[in-house]
Amino acid sequence: MQSETKSRVDQITSPAGHPVTVLRFEGDIASTSKEAVLGTYQALPKATNKLILLDFTKVDYINSSGIALVIQLLIEASNSGQKVYAFGLSPHFVKVFTMVGITKYAGLFPGQAEAMAAL
Amino acid sequence: MSERRTTNVEVRLPSRMGFEKVAMSTAASVAKLMGFRDDRVEDLKTAVAEACINAIEHGNRLNEKLSVGVILSAGEDSLEVKVIDDGKGMMNHPSKPDIDRKMHGQEDPRGMGMFLIQALVDEAEWVAGTNGKSSYVRLVIRLDKDAG
Repeated sequence: MQSETKSRVDQITSPAGHPVTVLRFEGDIASTSKEAVLGTYQALPKATNKLILLDFTKVDYINSSGIALVIQLLIEASNSGQKVYAFGLSPHFVKVFTMVGITKYAGLFPGQAEAMAAL
Repeated sequence: MSERRTTNVEVRLPSRMGFEKVAMSTAASVAKLMGFRDDRVEDLKTAVAEACINAIEHGNRLNEKLSVGVILSAGEDSLEVKVIDDGKGMMNHPSKPDIDRKMHGQEDPRGMGMFLIQALVDEAEWVAGTNGKSSYVRLVIRLDKDAG
């Protein structure tokens, strides 16, 4: 019933010349998304992926279990010295992420261009 | 004395994760018909989804022989949603998640559903069934006719 979460990894370079790893998600982010969210992130070598950008542009539905997966990703990234940013959230989910405090540990941007300009 | 009209819509869900989206879509449709702003419809969708997830996971413990009842009552200026399960009811009160504690492993990354419900609607109450069953959460979202 829950739409499968798809994920894809892109490697790009910011205008400032920093390598950025973009995790692009598609579908629902819910309890069934562990492999797509955490599995995809955990498969990245920690030493060479210091800037992580999460793309939620094609995500329509995120529930509290999905938010918990994002927090688990932030915990692992923090412990590995990585910085995490996100873009493409709807205004509603920007509000929800702000309410639960995620913005303290992950900068949110409207789109990829704004995120890349800041990195 | 003016007569107050209420229109009811009922949905019955299997206790299977994912079906909360059926209640979410139904609630959104009713709220749109009532004239709620898009941002309030989004608030309601998340609150209803989280209430159904709690009912499926904690109330009915994912027992697919049990169903979750969702009753939407559309009044003139508010929408009430009751989500009913066969559990004993929520014993603890919603608490604001502490992101610092979560980040430091002192608090479960999960457990934000009740907080989100309470934060996103105008009223939320959790009522334990008197017979240890038929517990429900009751949500109310009000039409704000003055807001743009």
